[in-house]
Formats: sequence, structure tokens, C-alpha cells
Amino acid sequence: MNKKVAVYRKEHFNAAHRLNNPLWDEATNKQVFGKCNNPHFHGHNYELVIKVTGEPDPQTGYVMDMKLLSDIAQENVLERFDHKNLNDDTAEFKDLNPTAENIAIVIYNILREKIDMKFDLQIRLYETERNFVDYPA
Amino acid sequence: MVYITRIEHFNAAHKLYNPAWSREKNEEVFGKCANENWHGHNFELFVTLKGDPDPDTGFVYDVKKLSIIVKEHVIDKLDHKNLNVDVDFMKDKLCSIENLVIGIWNELTPHLPAGVQLHSLKLSETPRIFVEYYGN
Repeated sequence: MNKKVAVYRKEHFNAAHRLNNPLWDEATNKQVFGKCNNPHFHGHNYELVIKVTGEPDPQTGYVMDMKLLSDIAQENVLERFDHKNLNDDTAEFKDLNPTAENIAIVIYNILREKIDMKFDLQIRLYETERNFVDYPA
Repeated sequence: MVYITRIEHFNAAHKLYNPAWSREKNEEVFGKCANENWHGHNFELFVTLKGDPDPDTGFVYDVKKLSIIVKEHVIDKLDHKNLNVDVDFMKDKLCSIENLVIGIWNELTPHLPAGVQLHSLKLSETPRIFVEYYGN
């Protein structure tokens, strides 16, 4: 019988960004990214949902200690991105457009290294209440 | 008397920074909000009118019309902008939500039709932080 359970931890961070492709001229960037291309940046309250799937440990009843998961997210994701300019303040988006898609992939890759491979991991990232992405899809 | 509220939203960058202070003093007072390279939020603006329902329409005021006025005179100036740099009515002001809500009130009120009474503005910066302003 499948005893797998998914557990979720929600975190949030507030950050500035802009969408821009340095290989394109200003007009093309403006056409493709619209107001998200503002050279002075804009920002969001990002909501991060971390999904960890595995079998509950027989000793603890936990899939994964949520406090530990929160600490991992705090230390490796939130301290890196909260109240930052994603384009200017972070190494991860120096040469990568900080779309919700790319932010989710980056966060997944950061967390994947910190969470036991016996667990499945999935990231859901809300940029606004109405725009959110899942990775892996 | 009925109070009716229209919610609008905008996404913007800002920082809390007093240019008269040193960087150290700004970091001490404003913490991570003082990041010189900005951070950002999804702001929500609650615009509340008050009045008696019109006998012909049943409306205090047509909220669709209110939405158009708020979008044209407030949201278009703020959405996907840097509040410190791009917004004329926040120039030389400290970019707290307290000051922003007062600025929005002053931008909006001249554009409301005669007889439409603005009761309050509520502005949230995060789901856990918001301010209210009643125009005095």
C-alpha cells in the first residue's frame, strides 16, 4: 500500500525585480515584458509553498520535521532573497531573467541539495495571488 | 448611510531610507527595508465611499466608475513602478505606507465627482501590514 504523504510548508519573501533580456534592444524588451520591464524595478510579495512527499517515519510520525524544513528555507532561500533586488543583489539572477518560472527552478535547485533524496520535492511560487508556478511540473 | 469599498492592487518597488541620515543609521532604523537596491510588495488599496443609496440606481456610487477613476489617477502612477523614483507625488517624501496612503488620498479626492464622499483608504503592504486614513 502506498503510504506516501505530502507535507507543505509556506514561507514568504518580499523582493524587487525587473524582466529584461540584455540581448534585446530596449524597444523589444518593452514590447515583450511590458510594464515588468521598468528600468527602476517593481516588486512583489512572493509566497513560497514547499511540498515534500514521503512515507511518515515510524518513530516520529513525521514525513519531515516542519521546523527543520522551515529552518532550511529560512537559511537558504529567504535570507538570500527577502528584501532584496533579485536582479542586482543575488548571484542566481545576475545572468538569468527573474521570472516566477526561473525563481521556482532556482529555489528548487537550492532546496534539493538540502533535502534528503528519499523525498520528492516540488515548489509552488506565487508572484501575486493570481500568478503562480509549479516546479517540477 | 452605507459604506461601499472597491479593492484595487498594484505591485511596486520601494525602500525606506532617510537621505539626511548615514547608511548605518538607516539600516539601524529601517532594517532590511533600507536595502539601497530596493525591495517590493503587492500592495492592495481599499477605497471606501459613504452615502445613502440613490433612489433610482440603488447605488451609493457606481463602483465601476470609481474603479476607472482610481485606476486612472492612482494605480497607473504606482503599478509596476519604483515608488521612490517614478512617482511624482512621493518625490522627497519618506516612502512608508503611512505617507503613501496620504499621498493617494490627495491624488484621488480632486477627481471624485461632486457629492461622492470618500470615507477612508486602507492600504496593505503585506497581508499582515496595513494602514487606514480618513483624510484628517
